[in-house]
Amino acid sequence: MKPVVIAGAGMIAFERRDDDSLVDMLAMASLRAMDDAGLGDHPVDAVIVGNMASGLFNHQVSVASALVDKLSLYPAAAERIENGPASGGSAIKHGYQAIASGMADVVLVAGGEKMREVIGPRATDVVAYMAQPEAEYVYGVSLPAMAGMFARLYMKKYGVTAKHLAQVAIKNQANGLLNPYAHIHMKITMEGILTHPDSVVSNPIVADPLRLYDCCPVSDGAAAVVMTTPEIAKTLSSKPPIEVAGIGQATDTHALHEREDPTDLKAVRIAAEKAFAMARCAPQDVHVAELHDAFTILEIAESEHVGFFEKGEGAKALANGVTSLDGHLPINPSGGLKARGHPVGATGVAQAVELVWQLRGEAGERQVRDAVNAFMVNFGGFGNNVVATVLRRES
Amino acid sequence: MRIDMELERYLRPPDREMPPYPAKVITLATGSKMVVRQVFREDVPAILPAVRPTLDIPRDYYDVVGSRVYAELLAWYRYRYRDVFCIIGQIDGLLVGLVNSRMFSPQLGISLHTLAIERGLRIGAHLFAAKMEHHIEYLGQEEVLITAESPIGFRRWMIEYGLELREGQHELGGAAPYALTREMYFDAKHRLVAGERPVPQELMEVAQREIRVASETDIIEKILGARRREIL
Repeated sequence: MKPVVIAGAGMIAFERRDDDSLVDMLAMASLRAMDDAGLGDHPVDAVIVGNMASGLFNHQVSVASALVDKLSLYPAAAERIENGPASGGSAIKHGYQAIASGMADVVLVAGGEKMREVIGPRATDVVAYMAQPEAEYVYGVSLPAMAGMFARLYMKKYGVTAKHLAQVAIKNQANGLLNPYAHIHMKITMEGILTHPDSVVSNPIVADPLRLYDCCPVSDGAAAVVMTTPEIAKTLSSKPPIEVAGIGQATDTHALHEREDPTDLKAVRIAAEKAFAMARCAPQDVHVAELHDAFTILEIAESEHVGFFEKGEGAKALANGVTSLDGHLPINPSGGLKARGHPVGATGVAQAVELVWQLRGEAGERQVRDAVNAFMVNFGGFGNNVVATVLRRES
Repeated sequence: MRIDMELERYLRPPDREMPPYPAKVITLATGSKMVVRQVFREDVPAILPAVRPTLDIPRDYYDVVGSRVYAELLAWYRYRYRDVFCIIGQIDGLLVGLVNSRMFSPQLGISLHTLAIERGLRIGAHLFAAKMEHHIEYLGQEEVLITAESPIGFRRWMIEYGLELREGQHELGGAAPYALTREMYFDAKHRLVAGERPVPQELMEVAQREIRVASETDIIEKILGARRREIL
C-alpha cells in the first residue's frame, strides 16, 4: 500500500448557521482545506463526504455529487459515506483506501451536517434512528437515554462520580474558549453546574445521571481534509504533510443490552488496537487526542478503552489534570464534541483537522507542545461502529 | 410633550395595587450571580435601549417579541397599559434579560413576554420562572394565561411546565392560550424555580445603582453569534 498523508485541512465554525445550506458549508470547509493544501489547479480524483442524515434533516441526498458540482471538480468520483456519528472517520478511512490502493492520487474528504434546520426534539429523534429499532428505538430510547444508562452502570462499577463528569464538561468548555471554531464559548464552573442548589435548574437532568452540561450541543458545521501521497503533497505546499499512520475500525452488537458487559466498549478497544498496530506505536506514545465526548462519560470511558489508562483510572487521571491542556496527555484540546459541537457527519473530519493543526503547531492558544503522534476516536451508534485513527508528524 | 390632563383622566388607566416582587439572586452555570428584581415605570427609559436592537433580528422571532416588548414597555411608561409588572435579570448591573406580565383580575394573570439578551445560560427560563413565581406566590393568583410566539417559547413553557390548553384567546392574539395553575406551579417549582433571598447587599447595590445596557453591536452578537460568523 502507498503511504497516505493529509496535505490540507480546513473547517468552518460550528454553530447554528441559518443562512448556509449543507452543501454551502461543505464547500466552504473544502475550499479552506484545498487552499491549505496548495491544491491550485491540481485535479481531485475523488470527493468523499461523511454525512449521516441529510435526507432527514435537509431533504437533500447525493450531497457528494452536489459538492463536486458546487466546486466544479468534475469529473471527480463522488460518494457519501454514512456511518452514523462516525461518518467522518469512515470517510477518512475511505479516502485513505483510495490513495493507498493507487485508485486515486488526490482525494477531498469532507464531513458535514446541518442539524439545526429541524427543532431540537426532531434532531434527537433523527439521531435515535441509529438505535436498534425493535429493542431500543420503539421504546423511546434516544442516544442521551442510552448514554444515561451507560453512565449509571459505569459510575457504579468504576467509581466515576457526578463531579468527574462535571470536570470533563468544565475542561472541554475551557478548551473551547480557545477555539474560534467552537460552538460553545462559555466558561462554566463546578459551583454553577453541580454544587450550588440553583444548579438543579441551571443544569437540569436530561437523562439521569446526565445533565444538560454533560451533553454536546446540536450544531451545524463542516470540516474537510485533502488526502494524497507524500510525494504529491511535497509538490503542492511547503506545509508539513501529516501521515495517516494507522486506522482501525470495529463493530459491536447493535443493541446495547446484548453485550456481555454493557460497560465494555469492545469496538473502541479493538479499533484502537488495530490503529496502534498499523501505526506501530502504543497508547503511551500519543501526545494529544481527540475523543468522542458526545456525553461526558464517553471521554472517561474511551480514554480507558483505547489504553491511555487502566479501567477505573480515567476519571482519576482527569481529576489530576493529566488530560488538561497543560497535562501529560491533553484530551480534546479543541473543546471536543462538548464545546466544539457535534454536527454528526462533520465530527470525525473535524477531529482530524484539529489534530493536523496540533501536529503542525498551528493550533494557536490551545497548542499542545511538541506533539508527534495524535490519536482520535470517532464513535458511531452507541459504540457499535467505531473508527480510530493515528496521525503523525514527521519527527 | 404637552399633556392635556383633563383628557388624560379618561385615557390613563387606573393601576391596581400589587404586592412587590422580592428580589433574589440566581447562580448561573458560569458561576455568575444574576440579580432578579422588579423594576418600575421610571426604569423603562433605561431598559428600552436593550430592547431596540432586537427589532431587526428575525432569528427565533426576536423581532416580533422585541417589538411587542418595546411597545408594551413604552405604553406602560406613558400610562397606556394597566396592572403591568416587569422583572429584569442583571449580572454586575448589566441587563441580561427581562420579562413582563400583568394582572387581568385578582385571580388571573396574563403572561406577556420573555426576552433573553444573554443566551445559552437559561436566563429566559429563570426569568420566566420568576414571573410565574410572582403571579402565583406573591400576587396570589389562581392561574396565568400564557401563549408563545416563538418555537423556543413553545417548547420551554408549554412542554417544560406541561401547561393546560385553554379555549379562547390570549390577549396577545396569535397562538392558542395555555394556563399554568397554582397546582402545576408548585409541582414544577422544585425543578424550574431557582434563587436565593435576600440578595446580598453588595450585589443589590450594584444592580440598583444603574441598569447597564450592552452596546447595540454586542446585543446583536449575543443573540446571533455574529462576531465569529464574520471572522470564520
